[in-house]
Amino acid sequence: MNPSNYVVLSALLFSIGTIGVLVRRNAIVVFMSVELMLNAANLAFVAFARMNGNLDGQVVAFFVMVVAASEVVVGLAIILTIFRTRRSASIDEPNLLKY
Amino acid sequence: MTDTAVNTGEAVVFWICSVLAVAGALGMVLSRKAVHSALWIALTMINLAILYVANSAPFLGMVQVIVYTGAVMMLFLFVLMVVGVDSSDSLIETIKGQRLAALILGIGLAGLLVWGIANGLTETSTVGLDAANAADGGNVEGIAHLIFTKYLLAFELTSALLITAAMGAMVLAHREHWTSKATQKDLSVERFHRDEHPGNLPNPGVYARHNAVDTPALLPDGTPLEESIPAPVRARSDARPVDHADVREVHEITEGKGE
Amino acid sequence: MTELMPAEGVFSLIWVLIALPLVGAAILLLGGRRTNKWGPYLAILTVSAAAVIGVLMLLGMMQDSAEQRTYGQTLFTWVFAGSFQADMAFQLDQLSICFVLLITIVGALIHVYSLGYMEHDENKRKFFGMLNLFVAAMLLLVLANNYLLLYVGWEGVGLASYLLISFWQHKDSAAQAGKKAFIINRVGDVGLSLAIMLLFVTFGTVSFQDVFGAADKASEGTLTAIGLLLLLAACGKSAQFPLQAWLLDAMEGPTPVSALIHAATMVTAGVYLIVRSNVIFTAAEWAAVAVICVGLITMWMGAIIGSAKDDIKKSLAGSTMSQIGYMITAAGLGPIGYVFAIFHLLMHGIFKAGLFLGAGSVMHGMKDNVNMRRYGALRALMVLTSTTFIICYLAIIGIPPFDGFFSKDDIIHASFERSPIIGILAMLAAGLTGFYMTRMVAMTFFGKARWEDDVHPHESPKVMTIPLVILAIGATIGGMSLVYWGNIESWLEPVVGIKTVELPLPSWVYELTTLVLVLIGAGFAWLTYARREVPVEAPHGNLLTRAAREELYGNHVNDALVVAPSFWLSRVLVWFDNKAVDGFVNGSAAFVGGLSGRMRRYQTGFARSYALSMVGGAVLVVLALVLVRVS
Repeated sequence: MNPSNYVVLSALLFSIGTIGVLVRRNAIVVFMSVELMLNAANLAFVAFARMNGNLDGQVVAFFVMVVAASEVVVGLAIILTIFRTRRSASIDEPNLLKY
Repeated sequence: MTDTAVNTGEAVVFWICSVLAVAGALGMVLSRKAVHSALWIALTMINLAILYVANSAPFLGMVQVIVYTGAVMMLFLFVLMVVGVDSSDSLIETIKGQRLAALILGIGLAGLLVWGIANGLTETSTVGLDAANAADGGNVEGIAHLIFTKYLLAFELTSALLITAAMGAMVLAHREHWTSKATQKDLSVERFHRDEHPGNLPNPGVYARHNAVDTPALLPDGTPLEESIPAPVRARSDARPVDHADVREVHEITEGKGE
Repeated sequence: MTELMPAEGVFSLIWVLIALPLVGAAILLLGGRRTNKWGPYLAILTVSAAAVIGVLMLLGMMQDSAEQRTYGQTLFTWVFAGSFQADMAFQLDQLSICFVLLITIVGALIHVYSLGYMEHDENKRKFFGMLNLFVAAMLLLVLANNYLLLYVGWEGVGLASYLLISFWQHKDSAAQAGKKAFIINRVGDVGLSLAIMLLFVTFGTVSFQDVFGAADKASEGTLTAIGLLLLLAACGKSAQFPLQAWLLDAMEGPTPVSALIHAATMVTAGVYLIVRSNVIFTAAEWAAVAVICVGLITMWMGAIIGSAKDDIKKSLAGSTMSQIGYMITAAGLGPIGYVFAIFHLLMHGIFKAGLFLGAGSVMHGMKDNVNMRRYGALRALMVLTSTTFIICYLAIIGIPPFDGFFSKDDIIHASFERSPIIGILAMLAAGLTGFYMTRMVAMTFFGKARWEDDVHPHESPKVMTIPLVILAIGATIGGMSLVYWGNIESWLEPVVGIKTVELPLPSWVYELTTLVLVLIGAGFAWLTYARREVPVEAPHGNLLTRAAREELYGNHVNDALVVAPSFWLSRVLVWFDNKAVDGFVNGSAAFVGGLSGRMRRYQTGFARSYALSMVGGAVLVVLALVLVRVS
């Protein structure tokens, strides 16, 4: 077993997250898929930190978590606001900026 | 944990946790109800935390459980609660070709990445984190050393970011009160103007004669109370008829007789 | 080459000759309405002053010996480009002084005449300004010492001619005539500019002294080419075949213009050019032959056209064309003919101006009617006009002792010396001249009155008749004085060279034959037009008459060869511009519009579609990266 298996796992999770973003219509589930992608990236960072033998990867993963947390906060607040106005949480709903 | 070589213990942990993580991810994407998706992704995150610990990152693993699974996913669930716990997606895809394209692209992306990784990482050697963790006297100390020296600017910036995010959320979620809050006086005046019951309703069980939900409660004058039977039962006309023994008992109580 | 004398004494005023009328033109044309009152008088003054200076210069020249009569005056270096240099410099010699006197004296007389003729015209001041401009340009032409400066004068007279022909701009026919004159002249101008270029390429210079001095070093082919190009230029300016179509239309201008420009001076500029370049033509045999051919053809064309036109001015224009044909023929004959060409030019200038001014006087009395079929029996009512007209008529047909006899017969002698064919053609043309001029005089002054109802013929005022008298006096004594009193041949010999004419028969034989032919022609015309009734409506006429009325179909040929193809070409270009160029421009606009119409449909508004394209792009990038790294 090779530590690079972790990176392969990370790639798989990332792809699943991508598919989730593209396929799901509920805005919150789309958000969750984005979180999944971020987690996959974190896993890759940690695996590389182990492979390279220094803690920089872990520090970066830590900061990614921080930023992801703040992003979730603001993003969900936005979804809430939109939901209050439009009474719908589908991301296909706001489609007025079109030709 | 282990460093340069990967022992069988870690291999076992890896295979179990990775399978569960992938299963959780797939479950998240494929669930119809949003709440289920949230639960599935929580599963994935916990498994990832275990994998972090397996990779000599115990601090990060704990932070993952506490912050990500604990705080962020709970935040998701709260918002789901406001938005609608029942909210579910219909199965029909409205944008033509979206599902097919997404599937192809996703699988293609996975294939490309795995192929690239497989080609690039087969011959690399793993240094392991034993030395790095021991350098400052532990994993936490090592990370702290890095954050407060090498990545200090990033740390400061992200802290500013967090504050901004919190404020932003407050601003966004704030609901402006356009009318002044109704005082207790206003509420009671309004209650009395309505023609219904102006006072408090009696607590459940005060006039009840029986535990069953389809047995009506009896008022002090012996008449049954319609509101004591739940509306669906009433609608089904499943209410039990009044028992005369109960009516006599009520009369006795109100006239002061009986125990 | 004759040496150039420095311009001292009266000759230092050479540039003043040009400057005076130029300043007059500038003041009148730029001064505006303020100059209306005294403008015409200023114009007369400038030209008269130039005439006076010219006479003084002539007197000065006569004092010098024959070799020392060429004066050069350089004002400044005008063009200095590499090895090419052309100066603003003048050359006054025996040839140019003849022209200077002709231009200024006849010009002054015509200016005075115009005072009366244009009296009631509200744009009188502009007219005098343009006349002055013409005189200045013509003087520049004859005084220039290099071809480039001559070209400037050439263009200047072309401009003045255009302005003056279309002077009555409100008349569409006048505007068209001005354009026609200018455009046909332009064809000739191309010849002159190409000749100048060829001169520069061959000799490295365009000044007369240097070119004529080095002429023998150039090849005959080059000289022939230069000669032919100069001939083309002369054809344009002098209305010779094939560029003759504009002269008859130019009669749309006021009569003083026809007299000055299209009889006496501008149309003779072509002859001046050929005579000035005599060294080139003498050296290029074939060019000289071409000159003779052109001259002969035009001599006959002009005579035929003039015989059939009922418009008095157009008939006189045909006559001008024919007489200039004589001059050109003489110039083409070589050293035997140059002097006679200039002699005839000077004589023609006097009597043709007299004829035109007389015609103007007749028109003035007949309410500007030009149709000779409406004239008749005017001799008694317009005594002075008819007398001077008849004197000039006698001069033109060549009755001794009037002017034309001497000059025309000299040309006929020279023609015979060259070849009997040319001589006979010239002689017969003289007979035809007698015919059409007598026709004109008979229809106008004799016979029965055929006037329209509201016309009251009267004599013109003195300001118009005095120039007529002076010109008639010149037509009488001019020829004799230039042969017996001051010999024109010896005067011009240093410039153009002379060869004595050797004829098989004594000269009086030719003179008598010519006179007989002239009298036959005149008699025939007299019988037809004075004795018999002249119909008011022109009769149908035979084939030749009808062809002559159509100016021998010259205009039709021009239309078919030049005008119609130009219109066709412009239509093709317009079609090309509309379809191809506009089509391309509009097509690309439509293409962009269509493309944008299609492409904006990609903005569906769905975030998921945008996400899909983003992921697609990302996959491509990853693919590229992986391929580069792996392979």
